[in-house]
Amino acid sequence: MEDSLLVDWSRAQFALTALYHWLFVPLTLGLSFIIAIMETIYVKTGNIIWKEITKFWMTLFAINFAIGLATGIIMEFEFGTNWSNYSWIVGDIFGAPLAIEGLMAFFMESTFFAIMFFGWDKVSKQMHLTSTWLVAIGSNLSALWILVANGWMQNPVGMKFNVDSARFEMVSFWDVVFNPTGYSKFLHTIGSGYVMGALFVVGISAYYLLKNKDTIKAKKSIVVGATFGLITSMFLILSGDESAHQVAQHQPMKLAAMEGLYDGHKRASIVAIGQLNEDKKIGDDTDEFIWSIEVPYALSILGFHDMNAYVPGINELVYGDNDGHKIISAKEKIAKGKIAIEALKSYKEAKKFKDDVKASAHLTIFRAHEKYFGYGYLKDEKDIVPNVSLVFYSFHLMVGLGSWFLVLFFLILYFSMIGKIEKKRILLYSALWSIPLGYLAGELGWIVAEVGRQPWAIQDMLPVGMATSQIATSAVQTTFWLFAIIFTSLLIAEIKIMFTQVKKGMEDH
Amino acid sequence: MFELLTYQQYWWFIVAILGGIFVFMTFVQGGQTLLNTLAKDEDEKNIIIASLGRKWELTFTTLVMFGGVLFAAFPLLYAVSFGGAYFVWMAILFCFIIQAVSYEYRIKPNNFLGQKIYESFLYINGSVGIILIGIALATFFTGGNFIKSDMNLSSWTLPTYGLEAVLHPFNVCLGFTIFFVSRTQASLYFINNIDHNYILQRAKIQVKIDGSFFLLFFIFTFGYLLTLSGVEYSNEMFKIIEYKFLNNILKTPLFISSLISGVFLIFFALYITIVKNSDKGICFFALGVVLTITTILCLLGFNNTSIYPSLADIHSSLTIQNSSGSLYTLEVMSYVSLGIPVVLGYIYYVWKSMDATKITSDEVKSDSHHY
Repeated sequence: MEDSLLVDWSRAQFALTALYHWLFVPLTLGLSFIIAIMETIYVKTGNIIWKEITKFWMTLFAINFAIGLATGIIMEFEFGTNWSNYSWIVGDIFGAPLAIEGLMAFFMESTFFAIMFFGWDKVSKQMHLTSTWLVAIGSNLSALWILVANGWMQNPVGMKFNVDSARFEMVSFWDVVFNPTGYSKFLHTIGSGYVMGALFVVGISAYYLLKNKDTIKAKKSIVVGATFGLITSMFLILSGDESAHQVAQHQPMKLAAMEGLYDGHKRASIVAIGQLNEDKKIGDDTDEFIWSIEVPYALSILGFHDMNAYVPGINELVYGDNDGHKIISAKEKIAKGKIAIEALKSYKEAKKFKDDVKASAHLTIFRAHEKYFGYGYLKDEKDIVPNVSLVFYSFHLMVGLGSWFLVLFFLILYFSMIGKIEKKRILLYSALWSIPLGYLAGELGWIVAEVGRQPWAIQDMLPVGMATSQIATSAVQTTFWLFAIIFTSLLIAEIKIMFTQVKKGMEDH
Repeated sequence: MFELLTYQQYWWFIVAILGGIFVFMTFVQGGQTLLNTLAKDEDEKNIIIASLGRKWELTFTTLVMFGGVLFAAFPLLYAVSFGGAYFVWMAILFCFIIQAVSYEYRIKPNNFLGQKIYESFLYINGSVGIILIGIALATFFTGGNFIKSDMNLSSWTLPTYGLEAVLHPFNVCLGFTIFFVSRTQASLYFINNIDHNYILQRAKIQVKIDGSFFLLFFIFTFGYLLTLSGVEYSNEMFKIIEYKFLNNILKTPLFISSLISGVFLIFFALYITIVKNSDKGICFFALGVVLTITTILCLLGFNNTSIYPSLADIHSSLTIQNSSGSLYTLEVMSYVSLGIPVVLGYIYYVWKSMDATKITSDEVKSDSHHY
């Protein structure tokens, strides 16, 4: 049976690991390509200064890469240690992308990493360049398979429930691989990594220009970083649009929470900026916002690519809406889910006693209500609503930051091209301080994605309460605090080392 | 294309091979525990770290791959073992977190914890981490205290969540066997990979010391394994069979020949290193270890043997049949596994390119990015 304290601690531990992991991965994704571009320029031009620039950014890359690996291994194994019910119930589908990631991406990344860092004098220039590109490609392939798996959790496709083994089983690998939610998540996530990599290069180069140190290398780096950042920021916005479109199709509650939308509308607006009314309760008549500035029609267009489209709100999704939109209430879904759970139990019982007639009858009932199976484990209709404030503010801040990055890259590139970048000190300071903002934006994106789909581990199929390992809460509390201490210590170490290396300058790397 | 059982056996074989490769790759961990034994000054330490530092990620990746394959091919085993023996797996993971940063951060200026702490992290990873992995693998033979419901949801019956495994002598013996095999391999690897007289002299002595401990533990542990009872299943009925693993070996000529070959290669490697002063011992030792460990792990997956017996309820015991993925998933994954030779191919190529010449003190000093 569900132990809510255990569930909360298990979620906290996974959230802690994921948030720490995501402090390091975006830089790996983005910086690896920027380094590959820089090394390509070196190989093409033969200019030794580009080799030195490449080696400097590689040094910072390596400091970040190691800790990304450390947090990554925990994430894979935590599915088993803390979410063992999940691992069994959906492991037949979810495990495959993780195994493929290891085989196709992780080995590539870690094998060619050795040449990238230690092979300058051991292999030819071309082989070294190929290795650098393969590390970048391997990192991004790794993200692909992880996000295929995560996309499947948001929009489960290509599977059926096997009543005999009591788990979901894969029926179409290609449906899982080409799940549009997985792809939009992949593109948006790697896009955010590219922007983070660009912010890092631009911000640190700006620091050197402000300090009047290594200016030639800094100027070269800033042009590569800002160009890469400008292109990938536009890509990020486009992939974000597709990502929101996918959310609207498959996770209407998440979309409603992202927009603080309690009452559904046709021709729905987007709140560009606003303050939520914290006293607002589900189903009451109070206003959703204390103040807001809205963009008319934008939510209908964003969600459904149709300005007249109806966007359901939290109230309709909880209480249902038979007024033309035929939305079933959560209460009804829970009732149907409970019928499915009982039918499954009865089916198993009948099978145990080899009563095929009864088993067949219960199976028919189960199949009729199977769609709502996961709802049967929820206690209350309001359980389907995530933390609206957290999702709303995270989403809006993320979008605001993403827009700022686009402007920043444009200005940096423009002033670099006309040769006045060194004089724009406010802009350079803004670039430097935008590095932590990039990390913040990435974390906020994951908060929107993961908090927004609560209470589901698998959207509409498996609530988190049913997915945890059946272990003592104290065991999870113990490991939570150990993780918190060790990750924080390693983060402090990483930041101190990184700062020292940056202060050293771009020489001697 | 094939029957479900064929895929289940194929995937257990892949698990066993990955286990064998992982145990070979633990030469990295073995080397970490020898850092202060083989190196007497900072320069020598840096050479050893440089030698290991170019390989550690492959060991790390093999462990991740081992977990990923277990998850995909035998999700119930993954769920029951990791979710139940919680403290053991968590302790292993902690040992690997601290390893991942230690190479990179060890001698970097302003590294917060100091060089000695990072070196002690490497030692903990190579000793505690490896012994615990051996213990965790041994529980697949000796069992765990879990039960599972009709819905295949599992729970652990002891509040120690897996830590009780350290009290079983067989588990501990296997843990120490892998610990000493990792150290023996490390010395053999250094002999092959490093060009430094003093390190080589000490490594040769260490091969004799660790090799002797390894052989003692291996002979004892293998003998112990042959006397162990195992759980056998037939039509979902489970029963304990005395000398189950001995019977499995005797029933399968392939196991006998691969075990003999593996053990022969291990002895041959030690012989050519100690007697003939060859630096190629690691190649034969590696093959021998992979063959031997793969065969030992295969003893679990064939001849109707339980891959994870339940000590709390024998009928909850796991087999390759009741814990595997579906036919469809195993078939899809089998196509994916055809890519394994490609991966092995490029690993071999990179390894060969990087190790074409032995590591010298001058090389390490001139490398701006050395660990």
